[in-house]
Amino acid sequence: MIQAIAFYFFATIVVGAAVMTIMARNPVHSVLWLIMAFFNAAGLMVLVGAEFIAMLLVIVYVGAVAVLFLFVVMMLDIDFAAMRAGFSRNAPLGLAVAAVLLAELLLGVGAYNAGGLTLGSPDGSAMQAADTSNIEALGALLYGKYIALFEIAGIILLVAMIGAIVLTFQPPKPGARARQDVGKQIRRRPEEATVMKHPEIGQGVEL
Amino acid sequence: MIGIEHYLTVGAILFVLGVLGIFLNRKNVIVILMAVELILLAVNLNLVAFSAFMQDLVGQIFAMLVLTVAAAEAAIGLAILVIYFRGHGSIAVDDINRMKG
Repeated sequence: MIQAIAFYFFATIVVGAAVMTIMARNPVHSVLWLIMAFFNAAGLMVLVGAEFIAMLLVIVYVGAVAVLFLFVVMMLDIDFAAMRAGFSRNAPLGLAVAAVLLAELLLGVGAYNAGGLTLGSPDGSAMQAADTSNIEALGALLYGKYIALFEIAGIILLVAMIGAIVLTFQPPKPGARARQDVGKQIRRRPEEATVMKHPEIGQGVEL
Repeated sequence: MIGIEHYLTVGAILFVLGVLGIFLNRKNVIVILMAVELILLAVNLNLVAFSAFMQDLVGQIFAMLVLTVAAAEAAIGLAILVIYFRGHGSIAVDDINRMKG
């Protein structure tokens, strides 16, 4: 019973937040609704025992991707009102496409309910053992059988990071600001950098 | 009783909302990127639901890879957006036709 209540709670909010994401007038609000949607999707995932993916969703999406969106939305000075000009013009086509897609997907679900196809069952090699937590089982699988996928994921992230830096990097204009001259710093010796002074008492020192 | 169908229905609705978002906000690249994130979230939800349903953790590993690609895509997409805005002072999709593609 409580599971059903929790499911409908999360599902309602996630769908509502998704609607607000695509309908909000202000993209900043869109990002905030997107965060809401991701949080509640994480709740849905916790409900079926996939707590690691749920936490990953919260950390990666809310912590990184949504904040990235927020930064970009706030950094770029854009006339968002003008951007919504085609909203009502595009609505009929968009709604038609969405209706067709939804009908197809619901057709699939309905056909499954009428008795789904049997595509075989998992061989049990990737089953979560009863006495392990989700994270433990997932880690054993990820660092064992699927280590290659894990490393490829790491390389994808590395390439994305380098790509983002290379794309947005602006070489500094010459003479725009004092630059660090490493050679000059290394050539500097104590003898030419410091002097000994023996000031008279009460005279002060002149440098 | 909550079954796999409920999860698939939520995933389907989220997916369709993502597609609708791309159509409705055709001028605003940022919202289009957010709609793509919604679509990927729907995919992840389906993968996790099936992973729990089939008692097979591979679905969750796959969801993690989707998450990785989504994060990389967002980073690159927003970087392209920033350099485009720097050059043109606007990110209206209709004006992006330099490559005549």
